[in-house]
Amino acid sequence: MKTLKEIIDICKFQAFDLNFTRAKEWKLEKDGRVLVGYMPIYFPREIIHAAGGMAVGIFGGGDRKQIIKGDAYYQSYICHIPRSIIELALDKHMAHFDGFIFPSICDVIRNLSGIFKQQKIGKFVKYMDFPQNFLPEIGGVFYQQEMQHVLKYIKEINGIDVTIDALNHAIDLYNKNRKMISYIYNIRQDFPWRLSIEDVYYIVRAGTVMPVEEHNELLEQVCEHIKENIGVPQDKIKVVISGAFCEQPAIGLIKAIEEAGCYVVDDDYMLGSRMILGDIDASSNNPLEAISNSYIKQSQYSSSIYDVNNPKEYRLAKIVESRGATGVIFAAASFCDPSLLDAPIFQNAFNKMGIRYISFQYSENINQYKVIKEQVGAFSDSIKLWEDEPVTAVI
Amino acid sequence: MTQEAQKERSMILQKEMIDGLFNDLAKAKETGKKVCYTFIPGNLSELIRTFDMLPVYPEINALQSAMRKKSAAYIKEAERNAHSEDVCTYVKCDVGMMMKGNIGPTGLKIPEPDILLLSYTGCFTFLKWFETLKREYPNAKVIMVHTPYQENGVMTPEMTEYMVKQFKEEVIPQMEAVTGIKYDEEKLKRHLVLAKEAQDWITKIFDTTKHRPSPIDAYFAGVYYIGPINIGFRGTQEAVDYYKELYSEIQERIRLGLGPITPEGEMKEEKYRLVVEGPPNWTSFREFWKIFYDMGAVIVASSYTKVGGVYDMGWRHDSTRPLESLAEYCMNCYTNLNIPQRIDLLSKCITEYQADGYITNSIKSCNSFSAGQLPMMREIEDRLEVPVGFIESDLVDPRYFSYSNIKNRLESYFQMLEQRKVIHESEEV
Ligand code: SF4
Ligand code: SF4
Repeated sequence: MKTLKEIIDICKFQAFDLNFTRAKEWKLEKDGRVLVGYMPIYFPREIIHAAGGMAVGIFGGGDRKQIIKGDAYYQSYICHIPRSIIELALDKHMAHFDGFIFPSICDVIRNLSGIFKQQKIGKFVKYMDFPQNFLPEIGGVFYQQEMQHVLKYIKEINGIDVTIDALNHAIDLYNKNRKMISYIYNIRQDFPWRLSIEDVYYIVRAGTVMPVEEHNELLEQVCEHIKENIGVPQDKIKVVISGAFCEQPAIGLIKAIEEAGCYVVDDDYMLGSRMILGDIDASSNNPLEAISNSYIKQSQYSSSIYDVNNPKEYRLAKIVESRGATGVIFAAASFCDPSLLDAPIFQNAFNKMGIRYISFQYSENINQYKVIKEQVGAFSDSIKLWEDEPVTAVI
Repeated sequence: MTQEAQKERSMILQKEMIDGLFNDLAKAKETGKKVCYTFIPGNLSELIRTFDMLPVYPEINALQSAMRKKSAAYIKEAERNAHSEDVCTYVKCDVGMMMKGNIGPTGLKIPEPDILLLSYTGCFTFLKWFETLKREYPNAKVIMVHTPYQENGVMTPEMTEYMVKQFKEEVIPQMEAVTGIKYDEEKLKRHLVLAKEAQDWITKIFDTTKHRPSPIDAYFAGVYYIGPINIGFRGTQEAVDYYKELYSEIQERIRLGLGPITPEGEMKEEKYRLVVEGPPNWTSFREFWKIFYDMGAVIVASSYTKVGGVYDMGWRHDSTRPLESLAEYCMNCYTNLNIPQRIDLLSKCITEYQADGYITNSIKSCNSFSAGQLPMMREIEDRLEVPVGFIESDLVDPRYFSYSNIKNRLESYFQMLEQRKVIHESEEV
């Protein structure tokens, strides 16, 4: 078994390897393997696995990729991630990818799919229209058709027809993956000092760019390590981070929040890897239907999923309560429509519910967060000192 | 009848229609009519009429508020209530208007919705907008229609079927429940026949810009022309009559060799013919337009006039396939087209209407339009070797309309067009 530090070092490298080296090696190990890049938030990676491929998460260039060409594609008032993704594509970081999936999360990602099509990047480009109708016989059927389209593209490349067994096997692997990630979060809920949020982030993000089997092995070991009473508890408040589901904050910012006096006991940084709550049926005769049902019936709330019958403010409030958190930090990428348009809904509700929060905006390429750190520190102090006062602030 | 009087008749007709709608809305409580809030792209006017409901278009209220200089205060109000500076200003203007009593553009109060018909077509913000409104109007029924995006530039039978199922199993039963009116497909068909007729007329109207000089401005005046077809009158005889009248007025202008009418009278000389991508700015609409007509620039086609439906590629409502036809209509609105389709459509406009240039008006707070406009512009420039121009403004937030910046940019652009003209002419000689 590897030491925790060794695992974290591996994950740290993988998570930010903008050349996607491990994915490339994996593809070269065997004929017929395909790599399919997917953008945030969520994509059912199981189907790619079953088709002899690997789904690879593309979360932008962060603060590690200088933007030269990308700025010519986007106006200054559009979030940063599409320009870093296009920069990565034009600089051939993803030249070994066969196709690209753009989940239907916002107009920016949607239109980016069109730019990829226009520029003929990859062998296929698929805008994945997730259903906004949540009846299995309507939205569910449509979603299954969308998955079939992806499988058709892959078959055109490697000739593989997916089987029920292969799909169920993939579902099983990802069920294990989600279960272990969930275990890590559950342990951290009570013992957040055993593993920092920074380390959790590396571990979860690495899973988006390496084979799931390898990630599961690492996760198993992490779970073993954190069963032990390691680390030293500190006087910090527990918070939940919400709104950072697409463009990712720089790691320094993720770190700074905990350094400023908070234990982050839940977050939506890597929401896609935790989107499905609980297991997907891995023994069905219609695995695509099982995947579809899981999305429709047991997915986490998201700013990109129409929520009128399942209001997100109550769902987030429930997470806060169940994690024993005392506050929420709304972190939105600058100019991120879905996140920013949700802010008044959450904040108005939380004002009424008496849930304390602060909010700020960030950009993936900005690694100066002194002001944010101070604000988070003040938030943490105020909660510690003034337990009964409602606290709200906007940076 | 004089030319002036003819011109006024279509305008009067339009004003009567809109005033009538707002009066009906103000009296909705007394008359018992149900009120349906919905959006322009993918608006299901014919279905709304089938259930005798009155439509409210929040985008129209927002833009009208901007033209009446009220949007700044509304936006401020929304921003005081946690709405970000950086999101769609239509949403904030609407929310602010609601917070300040929901008084509509004609000064009459707009009734609360019975139905929030979320025709989720071509823009994610719609979804967030109605999530916000639902919390303000907890008694309203939200009906969601998910319009699949034309990601491959086609409407597949699967996509149509998905929408038809939503109509049959969700939209129609819920409309029946709220209105107490039984769905009458024959009535819907009658509206669809009239919708097709209006679509034929409006296509002919926008096609008149092929003439030189163009008798109309297809952007600044075009936004008025699309009013009736987009705000609930599509599918009515009134809309057909309006477009017939407008068409005959335009024919008369063509016969007389006249250019477009501007707020300062007729445009004397057509110097440049342009195609514009992106919505206009509404807070300084007149000043914005003036920069163009002062320079002799006429817009011969625009993408914005296609947000409520793209008819110039031949698509029409079809009463023999009523629900399929509603589905296709939604999928075929401009912002539901993928980027290559948008490029093709705009290129076609530039070629067919013999445009001298292509301008993008990039709207700060509208990602549905703005994300992708820069590479679209470069592709069009490469493909057609047409001079391209780029300006930035906002829909209804006056803070983002910088008159001098826009004017300077446009003046340099027109200088470039002028130089090109001179070079072309000398080459021809
Ligand atoms: S950061 Fe927000 S607006 Fe930008 S691509 Fe992601 S979800 Fe869309
Ligand atoms: S973002 Fe654009 S398309 Fe969407 S509602 Fe706002 S103005 Fe309309």
